[in-house]
Amino acid sequence: MTEIIEKLSFYLSHPFVQRAVIVGVLIALCSSLLGVTLVLKRFSFIGDGLSHVAFGAMTIAAVTNLTNNILLVMPVTVITAILLLRSGQNAKIKGDAAVAMISVASLAFGYLIMNLFPSSSNISADVCSTLFGSVSILTLTNVEVWTCTILSIVVVIVFILFYNKIFAVTFDEDFSKATGTKADAYNLLIAIVTAVIIVLAMNLVGSLLISALVIFPALSAMRVFRNFRSVTICSAVLSVCCAFLGIIISILYGTPIGSTIVAVDTVAFLICTLVGLLCGGRSR
Amino acid sequence: MALLSIQNLSLGYESHVIAKDINFTVNAGDYLYIVGENGSGKSTLMRTLLGLKEPLGGSVLVGDGLRKNEIGYLPQQTVVQKDFPASVREIVLSGCQGRCGLRPFYSREDRKRCEENMERMGITKLANRCYRELSGGQQQRVLLARALCATSKLLLLDEPVSGLDPKVTDEMYRLISDLNKGGIMGGEAITIIMISHDIAAAVRYATHILHIGSEIFFGTKEEYLQSKAGKMFLAGMQEEGSAAALKESGAETAGDASRTAGKGGENA
Repeated sequence: MTEIIEKLSFYLSHPFVQRAVIVGVLIALCSSLLGVTLVLKRFSFIGDGLSHVAFGAMTIAAVTNLTNNILLVMPVTVITAILLLRSGQNAKIKGDAAVAMISVASLAFGYLIMNLFPSSSNISADVCSTLFGSVSILTLTNVEVWTCTILSIVVVIVFILFYNKIFAVTFDEDFSKATGTKADAYNLLIAIVTAVIIVLAMNLVGSLLISALVIFPALSAMRVFRNFRSVTICSAVLSVCCAFLGIIISILYGTPIGSTIVAVDTVAFLICTLVGLLCGGRSR
Repeated sequence: MALLSIQNLSLGYESHVIAKDINFTVNAGDYLYIVGENGSGKSTLMRTLLGLKEPLGGSVLVGDGLRKNEIGYLPQQTVVQKDFPASVREIVLSGCQGRCGLRPFYSREDRKRCEENMERMGITKLANRCYRELSGGQQQRVLLARALCATSKLLLLDEPVSGLDPKVTDEMYRLISDLNKGGIMGGEAITIIMISHDIAAAVRYATHILHIGSEIFFGTKEEYLQSKAGKMFLAGMQEEGSAAALKESGAETAGDASRTAGKGGENA
């Protein structure tokens, strides 16, 4: 035990590990906040879809040698998110199909572009790190950490300020619109914030595992709690704990960060399901 | 001036018109039933009244000091709501959202309004319960309380009794009727517009009836019973051998047994 603690404190004294922990925890917090809304709106897979779009945009940025790829990736992802979330109910191609379609298409084009115009000699390593976010979180620069911190704080503040409105719009869009809430504006807001979080989170767990950060904490919290506020708070706390634990485990045992966090989230979900079953059985 | 005046309204999707030349007015205190077959445009009409959809032609005028966001609405249940983790209080309180504007949090006044409306609907005891665990009738009461938070003047109800059993249906009808008369906890009389398939209930409770379909009719209940559409309905009832029930329901006080069923059962 003391050996583990020593090893841990040794690693935590390194600035690159500290940065990884800070960024990881913040992203986990943000994604879990919106996760509740997205799951309830039946947009669980939007994380996956948008991150693939971001992947596609990233390959284009890499091929065209853009120095700061976030300038291209962020707008593309935000626009896609707006198109997907706003058209929602009335679109010709319905939500889940649209998300799936855009998701696989951008993945395919991204990989194609990477192969046709290789920017480095090791394509498979490049693809792997974008898809699974394997090492990039440990190579974060100070600027990236600050960007991430500021954006996270903005997301949290926006979420708290608009919490009641997000609830009303998620629960019943028509009623909100009919009684004078600007539901479209808030849906737009949700879409933009979602896209921002996903682009941020790609560094942490990569494109393929991003859905986990969005849906697992929300689903776990919904097993145990039965009102919106508790679910949101529980989801945030759970997500932060799992991300922290995941990063620590991956540092201690040298496992890949993204998949370790998701594994911890999965275990947390199973525990919550069990707790929900036990408590639910008693209260009824 | 009337609360709502609808002039030459045409309804439909894109260029396909499902109903046209709809004219009617709603005055304060009215209880209007909108009846008609499936696909006749009832729900589209309601969405247009609520401003969720632009009319293809004609106009909806709001008057009598009614503001657009003072129309309460009881929608049909959506799939999303079936497993939504929300407490009754959270949902009722969200009815006050319209009056918040950009204010991020609910005021003390909003919370008071929420408690009052839960009391009026008899769901105060359920305040901390989870919405999805309630019975159909209880859920409708929750949504009704939410609608009352949004308005004290005009309430639009979209088939509020679909999926409820006869006893609960009857309680629901009585509750709505009481609201219309201002009979619950000294509240104001609320104007009601309801979509329904249940013509028998329409004839029993409504003051006015709007029948849309191949033939459009608008008038008071008495006029409706004399009209062609109403007579067709009368004939339909006779074929089913329940003309007696109609005659009874034509009068304001129908005394069938289910109406005397206890009201408190819903709060268990």
